[in-house]
Amino acid sequence: MMEMSEKIDLDQFDKEEFLGPSLKSCPGCSATIVARFALKALGKDTIVIIPASCLATLLATNTQTGIKIPYLHALFECGSSTATGVKHAMMRKGKENVNVVTIAGDSGSMDIGFQALSGAAIRNEDIIHICYDNESAMNTGGQLNSCTPFGARTPDWPLGKRLMKKDAPSIMAAHNIPYVATASISHLEDFYMKLKKAKKIKGFRYIHVLSPCPISWGYDGRYTVEIARKAVESGLWMLYEIENGSFNLTYKPERRIPVEEYLRMQRRFDTLTDDDARKVQEIVNELWRRYEE
Amino acid sequence: MSNLPSVEELPEAIIARFGTQKAKTGNWRTNEIEIDQDKCDFCMRCVVFCPDGAIKVSEGKLKMDLDYCKGCCICIEECPKNAIKEERKVELP
Repeated sequence: MMEMSEKIDLDQFDKEEFLGPSLKSCPGCSATIVARFALKALGKDTIVIIPASCLATLLATNTQTGIKIPYLHALFECGSSTATGVKHAMMRKGKENVNVVTIAGDSGSMDIGFQALSGAAIRNEDIIHICYDNESAMNTGGQLNSCTPFGARTPDWPLGKRLMKKDAPSIMAAHNIPYVATASISHLEDFYMKLKKAKKIKGFRYIHVLSPCPISWGYDGRYTVEIARKAVESGLWMLYEIENGSFNLTYKPERRIPVEEYLRMQRRFDTLTDDDARKVQEIVNELWRRYEE
Repeated sequence: MSNLPSVEELPEAIIARFGTQKAKTGNWRTNEIEIDQDKCDFCMRCVVFCPDGAIKVSEGKLKMDLDYCKGCCICIEECPKNAIKEERKVELP
């Protein structure tokens, strides 16, 4: 378990804030933590593209935005193609040092936005894609999507999903892009380091962040960071990076906690039987056994 | 190309500008949250994990910006010293 008394050195993060206060997110939402640290790491020479997602609605309401750098709201299915266009326009203007970043949800990356994402990745466009994964189509009420884990209850599958979660980072790594990483909002130093690293690399960079949602997952908003930490400590969510094809684990839990400790904190796993919980544990054990080999 | 309007000339309905700070989300809160300055040992966990960036460092102290704090209590869970106290104003169903 991560030491709770661990101090965080504020000096390692940039001082400047690009996200304004008073964002219209639910109390306990972690999408704003993802956006805040992503923009801190990338700095002010950045253009943000956000396709339809919770983040798009909470960053801009009516004629006001909560973001201090250029922000373009793209359609759901074309976040990455919009980013490609913006990057090419910037290159034509001679502003090659401008970072173009897409921050999309899991539906905007892995379901509805997948063809644009895959296309941009295979062309190796010089853009960064950050996927904040809350494991459901939360902006429309928490419907099931391909990133929803096994056993989770959603409005459109009330007895719990019987299919597996899509392994998004591996799919992106199979596109042979220079940088793929996973992160969690509970391990911010690790997330920040990966963003800083991605900023320096040329080509398509993909970062997948686990971002718990109190409404869809069914827990009190105060446990957001704790749940994200438990996902990492149980081994269910691996923190790694794949740089030019070489795999590197960036955080290894000293002693993995049982996955049930993570699953039983959330009401979406109410319909998950003990047998199914054991099945999830076996999948995690198998994953780590394969890694250790 | 030269007769296109510049960004500054476009009407507000097309270009949204930075300005959400005028609407204060502090009134979403159903509890009172306070930092006990004696117990705080500046681990800065509440500062980085606050989703609304409502905890700020000023004059060597951590200050809660109650205009924007939504009362989610992530800071209370993350505080290793139990230096942040919550008092419920309204009982939620």
